[in-house]
Parts: sequence; structure tokens; C-alpha cells
Amino acid sequence: MTADNNKNIWPNVDTTRIPYRLIHDDDIYRQEQARIFQGPAWHYLCLSVEVPEAGCFITTFIGETPIIVSCDDKGELHGLINRCKHKGALVAVESSGRASTLRCLYHGWSYHLNGDLRMVPFEKGIEGKGGMPAGFNKAEHGLTRIQIQSYAGVVFGTLGTDVENLETYLGPEMRAQFNRVFHKPVVVLGYYHQVMHSNWKLYMENARDAYHATILHAFYASFKLNRLTMGGGLVVNHSGWNTMNYSIGASVQDGYYDTNELRSVMADVGLADPTLLNHRLEFSDGITIAIQSIFPTCVHQQIYNTLAMRQVVPLGLNKTELHWTFFGYADDDPQLRQLRLQQANLIGPAGYVSMEDGVIGDYVQRGTAGDGVNKSAMLQMGGSSVESVTDSRANETTVRGFWQGYRTLMGQ
Amino acid sequence: MSELIFERKIQQLHNRYVRIIDDDQLEQWPELFLADAEYQVTTRENHTRDLPLALMSCKGRGMMLDRITGLRKINVYEPHRYNHQISGLEISVQPAGSYHCVSNFLVVRIMHTGASMVFASGVYLDVVVLDTDGEYRFAQRKVITDSRQTDTLLVIPL
Repeated sequence: MTADNNKNIWPNVDTTRIPYRLIHDDDIYRQEQARIFQGPAWHYLCLSVEVPEAGCFITTFIGETPIIVSCDDKGELHGLINRCKHKGALVAVESSGRASTLRCLYHGWSYHLNGDLRMVPFEKGIEGKGGMPAGFNKAEHGLTRIQIQSYAGVVFGTLGTDVENLETYLGPEMRAQFNRVFHKPVVVLGYYHQVMHSNWKLYMENARDAYHATILHAFYASFKLNRLTMGGGLVVNHSGWNTMNYSIGASVQDGYYDTNELRSVMADVGLADPTLLNHRLEFSDGITIAIQSIFPTCVHQQIYNTLAMRQVVPLGLNKTELHWTFFGYADDDPQLRQLRLQQANLIGPAGYVSMEDGVIGDYVQRGTAGDGVNKSAMLQMGGSSVESVTDSRANETTVRGFWQGYRTLMGQ
Repeated sequence: MSELIFERKIQQLHNRYVRIIDDDQLEQWPELFLADAEYQVTTRENHTRDLPLALMSCKGRGMMLDRITGLRKINVYEPHRYNHQISGLEISVQPAGSYHCVSNFLVVRIMHTGASMVFASGVYLDVVVLDTDGEYRFAQRKVITDSRQTDTLLVIPL
């Protein structure tokens, strides 16, 4: 199916109807790899503190392309495609490490941490016989470099050519949120890796959908950690590509949850140990939950005192891995550090407020199979617009924004 | 002869733990622990890199009860059960009267649809003590999963 045919699958000009074919079509998946993952978009790679010194490297992905982020002996970060220039083997296999060179296991081709090819075994043959031909120049065969840029210590990369710079891509609203959280040095406190049996786009929708959060995640509403009736807002920029949902914990208007018959409010359920919910107001703006989504694959969250990056990596049409990087500040006092680690019970694959996200995409994938492939989702809460909203978070504008970015890059 | 008794009792505690979870008698799960015991699930990746983040972290029976309340009344997930295979229990007697235990586990997850998979494998690192009522209980159970990945979600304690 060509890109032209794909335009026809969208029922409306706007993003109020999302065709389920997008999560069931192998051809569309392949096109996404080309247009989105190798296209003009910025993809989260890591935090700069994960590659702090010369010789450090991590391995990750942009879509299906394997990537190395390395720190060279001058302290400069590089984004490299993790593919030996000889015959295409992975060069770095571990998820993180420290090395003076990156050496391919297969034939021993060895690269500097900046990607330059430094040594090819038997390059000159044996006593003049064999070896690489006369014109072979190592300088032409370093690991392919990709563009990487950091903002506030958050490292993004792109395989696209002709991409606006990261600061412009993020825009003032998203930069402000990164600056708000990354205003002092951070330390990584641990990782989760969550495999979900659903298309990557379903997770990206889910993470920027304020509507579901306090309905699906009953823990939020039951313990008043988050309710749509709280003060807060939805921020949208870059034509909807990037979004942020936030809420202010202190300010709850009640009544709505009871009249909407939501299972998520259980008046008779209490915690045996409510100290789980102990938290400290860390940010003077009073915002207790802020979920930022940078198109196409990055989520940055503050949920009370838990701070994390979440990176979406597609493993196939209906399989996705979500990599969580949980962090705190280098200057956390012991009590605050303990609060963060205790509140980690709220998030991640076993998270009281997030575990349902692991399975809900699976339910959509399965619910839309068979004859569902020719149907569409409806995204009309709040109308059809894609714009910032502060008067109500009962609004799907942020989700419509994701699809706007998607249609643009996919030429649909 | 007395050495065999504590070995048998600790093995029984390990077996009871499996029965309680696999037979969905989870309300009894916190009683296998001291009142102020710790239960933690983390990955080998976090553990060997000395990263303190855990998947589940309970300090005291209250938090364990809350995990069961979450599972029964609050969280939603596709129904499933576990089958634990445990093996290789080694017990080391500590001077202060506690026991350090290491054992292997493998947990199969069986969905209500019948789909079945190896969900987790790893080790249990335990501190077991003889409680004041004459029962052996966990003062600490640390679950280290071999894989850094969790498939879909983790709601039933491992």
C-alpha cells in the first residue's frame, strides 16, 4: 500500500477519527520506520549523566536502528549507528559499558569512541598477500554518525536530514518543563523495561491522554492523587507534536466522580499503610503531576516525587518495549530519596497508578482485530481542536496532537 | 537432630509461600512475614549496578496488605495465575539466630485464556527468623529477577 493509498484510510481531514488499520498493517509499520524513525524527528536516547566520562557508552534504539551514545576522550558525546562498517554486525552489545575502543567481535575492526575506524586486522595482508585493496582508506569507514543534541542534560538523536534544531523542536513550553525538572544535577536510581503486546502508537496515545488516567487508574481517583476536577491544564505545542498534562494536587473539587458512576472511586477502600502516599512539595508551582510527551517516542514524568523518562521502542507491529529511567537529584536528602523510592510503587510495570497502561493497549489491539481493521477510534472530547486548554482536562486535544504529527511525517 | 528441624521448617515456609500465592490465598501472604518485614522485587540489572529502584517495595505488613487490596479491589488487569517452581534452597545460620537463605524460582504465568509463559525466573534472598509465637517467618525477602524485562505488568507478588 503506497502513501497515497494511506491518505484514504483517514475518514476525516482532522484527527477526530483514527483508523485502526494503523495498528494492524505491516506495510504502514515499515513506512513508519522510514518516515518517522529515520525521518525529521528527535528521539530520546538517554540522560547525559548516563555517559558521564570518556570511554562511557550506552546502547539504545531509534525505532529498529541500533544506536550507541558514547563519550570520547575529549568528553564530547557522539551518536553512532551500532553497525560495523565491514559486514553489519552490532559493535557494542551490552546496554552500557566503558571501553577505550569499540571493537567488533566478528573480524576485530576497532573504532574510537567518536566512531572513527582506528584499526582493521590484517589490513595489509600477510607478507603483502591479501589484505584490503590499495585504495582502502579507514577515514572513510567510521561508524555512521547521527545528529545528537542535548537539552538540559536530556540527549536526543535523529536519523533525519534537514531537521530543525532540538530547541526549536521542543519549543518554549517543553523547554520550560525540562528546565523545571532538570534545574540541578540528576542521578539515575534505576531502570524498568516493560514489554507490551500492542503497537507503539497506542502507548504514546495513552501517555498523553488525561481523560483515561483517573478512570482506568482507580488508585489515582480513590486516593485523590489525581482527578480531572483538580486544577491543571493541557499544554500543546509544535502543532500538537508535543504535549504536557499537569494537575495541581491541593485543589480538588468533588462531586463529579460520584455522579459519573466511576469504579475508580471506592469510598470504602483504605490503605493499611497510608505512608505510601507521603510526599513533599518539591516544586513551588504546586504542580504534583506533570506528564510531558515529546513526539514521537518520549515521555517525561513527574508523579509526586517520582521523576522518570520513558522511551518507546517498537519491537514489531504489535509489540513494544517501554524503557523507564528513574532518577532523583544528586543533592536529595536521605528522606526525600526514600520518598522517591517508596513512591516508585506507584509507577512502572508494578505501579499502582500505571500498571494498567501495560495491558490496556493490548485490549485495544485485540478489540480492533478482525472486522475492526476497517473501523476508527473517536477522539472528540473537547471537540476537534489541537490547542492548549486550561479550563478542563476532560479533553482529548493532546491525543489529537499526536496524530497531527503522525499524519504530517507519514504524508497522510 | 535439631539442625534438621529448622531446615525442615524453613523449607516448609518456602513451600507455604508458593502454595499461598499459587492457590490464590493471598490474604495469608503478609502473615508469612514479621510485622515490620521487608519485601522487595527488583531486577538483576538494578541489583548488580547498585541501583536502589525496585518494582515492588513493601516495608511492613501494612504495605503488603495494600498490595493485596490493590490486586483485589483497585487495579485492573487481565486475570491470571502463577505456578512457582522453586529449588536449590541453601540455608546459612547466622550468629544472632537468624537464617540467610538463597533459592531459585521460576514463575509460569497462566492467563485466563490459557496462554502460558515463563514470566519470571531468579533468586530469593531471604532473612528468616523464629518469631515469638514459634513460627518461622521472613524478616526480609528480596526477589531478584534474572530478566530486566517485565511482560505487560506485575500485580501478583512473585
